[in-house]
Amino acid sequence: MSNDHTPVRRLMQGNEACALGAIYAGCRYFGGYPITPSTEIAEGMARMLPRFGGRFIQMEDEIASIASVIGASVAGVKAMTATSGPGYSLMQENIGYAFMAEVPCVIIDVQRGGPSTGLPTKVSQSDTMQARWGTHGDYYAIAVAPASVRECFEQTVKAFNFSERFRTPVTLLSDEVIGHMREMVNVPEPGQLEVFDRVRPDVPAEWYHHFEITPNLVSPMASFGEGYRYNITGLTHDQEGFPTANPVEIKNKMDKLKYKISRFADELIQLETEMMDDAVMCVFAYGIAARAARQAVAMAREKRVRVGLIRPITIWPFPDDRIRQLMEEARVKVALVTELNMGQMVNEVQRLVPRHCRVEQLNRYDGEILNPVEIFKRIMEVKP
Amino acid sequence: MTKAVQHSDVTHQYLRIKKRFPNVWCAGCGIGTVMGSIIRAVDFMEYKKDEVALVSGIGCSSRLPVYCDFNTLHTTHGRALAFATGVKIAKPNLKVIVITGDGDGLAIGGNHFIHACRRNIDITTILINNRIYGMTGGQFSPTTPWHANASTAPYGNMERAFDPAALAIAAGASYVARGTVYHVQQLDKLIIGGLQKRGFALIEAFSNCHTYYGRLNKEGDAVAMLNWMKDHALPVKAAAALPPEKREGKLLTGVLHDVEMAEYCDEYQKLVDRLQTKQEA
Ligand SMILES: Cc1ncc(C[n+]2csc(CCOP(=O)(O)OP(=O)(O)O)c2C)c(N)n1
Ligand code: SF4
Ligand SMILES: [Mg+2]
Repeated sequence: MSNDHTPVRRLMQGNEACALGAIYAGCRYFGGYPITPSTEIAEGMARMLPRFGGRFIQMEDEIASIASVIGASVAGVKAMTATSGPGYSLMQENIGYAFMAEVPCVIIDVQRGGPSTGLPTKVSQSDTMQARWGTHGDYYAIAVAPASVRECFEQTVKAFNFSERFRTPVTLLSDEVIGHMREMVNVPEPGQLEVFDRVRPDVPAEWYHHFEITPNLVSPMASFGEGYRYNITGLTHDQEGFPTANPVEIKNKMDKLKYKISRFADELIQLETEMMDDAVMCVFAYGIAARAARQAVAMAREKRVRVGLIRPITIWPFPDDRIRQLMEEARVKVALVTELNMGQMVNEVQRLVPRHCRVEQLNRYDGEILNPVEIFKRIMEVKP
Repeated sequence: MTKAVQHSDVTHQYLRIKKRFPNVWCAGCGIGTVMGSIIRAVDFMEYKKDEVALVSGIGCSSRLPVYCDFNTLHTTHGRALAFATGVKIAKPNLKVIVITGDGDGLAIGGNHFIHACRRNIDITTILINNRIYGMTGGQFSPTTPWHANASTAPYGNMERAFDPAALAIAAGASYVARGTVYHVQQLDKLIIGGLQKRGFALIEAFSNCHTYYGRLNKEGDAVAMLNWMKDHALPVKAAAALPPEKREGKLLTGVLHDVEMAEYCDEYQKLVDRLQTKQEA
């Protein structure tokens, strides 16, 4: 119904797909600040949101953008921002606020080369660790990394579902190439993909605690103006939302931030494998780098190399258990990690492989994508 | 006397009495007085507690919302107006009130401040100007007077001060007023004026931080600083009749600016309505 503006099958850019995915997920607020290569998301939202009764605002900077997004979410509206490296850095303090205050929201980072202004129009995957550890303090982060335009749509919907389910900010890590690449997408019909909305309280206001420690550790969330008057603060707080200095309450709060995600990681993990059944070697890649890796694996298979592909779509939390299991079941002797950075995810893989497995790397950080031939060559070089 | 008792009855209905007291403020701090004024203004407006959202940044002043029984959002340093913008746009029928300090609102949050004024979004902002960073122990702020002392200006402040009201007027706010924590009844009225305004309203509440500003500048205790306000405040209307030399060194109080302008949320609603009627047609 609400989708009369989205043709069913269409050639579109990754950035456009993110915007459409957000609308599909029920996002009705976007606060952003223009930055290459993410700007088309803001432009798409500026066009679409008022038609859907939503609100778009161009804020004065990225700090304000994410702040306004958190404010909108607290008021009960699904909200998002989109940016790239420099803007993502500026947002970090308030992303930490969203972790602490447990406010669902989505941040799309269309990655470009860095540090600093870096390479505004060139591809990179160098914000992988920023998505995990970008803001100060201890917390558990969720991030997804689409590898195609269709996945930009689907993973934006997932990002919203995860943020609403876990009451936490979620980052979608796209990049310059996926953001600008055009592919044919079958736009899902309403109802085709799951859309999850935050759990609301079903108790009277006197009994409501905005940060209640529930069995699944996620507290039902009332919005401002609904009769539940509570306090939200970025100071470490008790279950009612009031600042605390009590060591027990502090630890409870911190544990909540961790375990509400780590204990339910199964709901979050999305991992794709190809040709791992008989593999003695794997290529480990995510996001844009996984596209070339997939082709390279096929090329090596033609040369009878028993190589497979492991591709996490949810990169944070890292799929520890699944990777360990895969590596052992498949008796992988070499894991080749290909990334468009100087080596970030490789350390996570290193941490998990059994002793008999060697970890190799292939990295590009010159603003170009890895092509299948160079990955194929590297496979042939390092294969067991 | 009876009046004072009445006042305290009203404020008590709106405080999180059982939960949050005693408060973090020094005895005699002006921030509590501002809190009383805000509550009386809300009560006068007959707002329901549920429809009021109090949003603040970080600082002694920004601790104010935590004590009040409204929807309260204590955010990050300097960003209250940016958070409040999201709250207001997402739920325009909420009465959004921002509490900020001179450091919070004008230094780290200065950019958000001018842009919120420029958008003329319907937020009532109360800037508690104590001319210093209270919470962090007395460093100079954008409103610390030239040559005044602060812990980070041990030889006197070399920077000139902002006039928050003039800044807000220049940036496009539709209602700008200044009061002091000595002139409480006037402050109540100025805040009511801000709440009645459809658009961005700034009320600068001149306050005392005797603990730092007073001590470092030999201005005495809370009472001495209140007496200073009593002696130096000059209502704008009275000022108009005075020659410039008589206005020198005075603190202009009252409504400094009040105009009717298109409000941001109203304008956006018009856009939504226009696009949706077009869709239906
Ligand atoms: C990003 C950041 N920088 C610095 C601080 C430390 N800090 C806390 S309050 C404050 C100054 C507050 O001054 P003001 O807004 O005037 O409030 P007051 O305490 O005087 O009421 C500072 C610098 C912080 N909390 N966050
Ligand atoms: S330090 Fe200053 S501003 Fe803070 S509570 Fe004390 S008197 Fe008030
Ligand atoms: Mg101050």
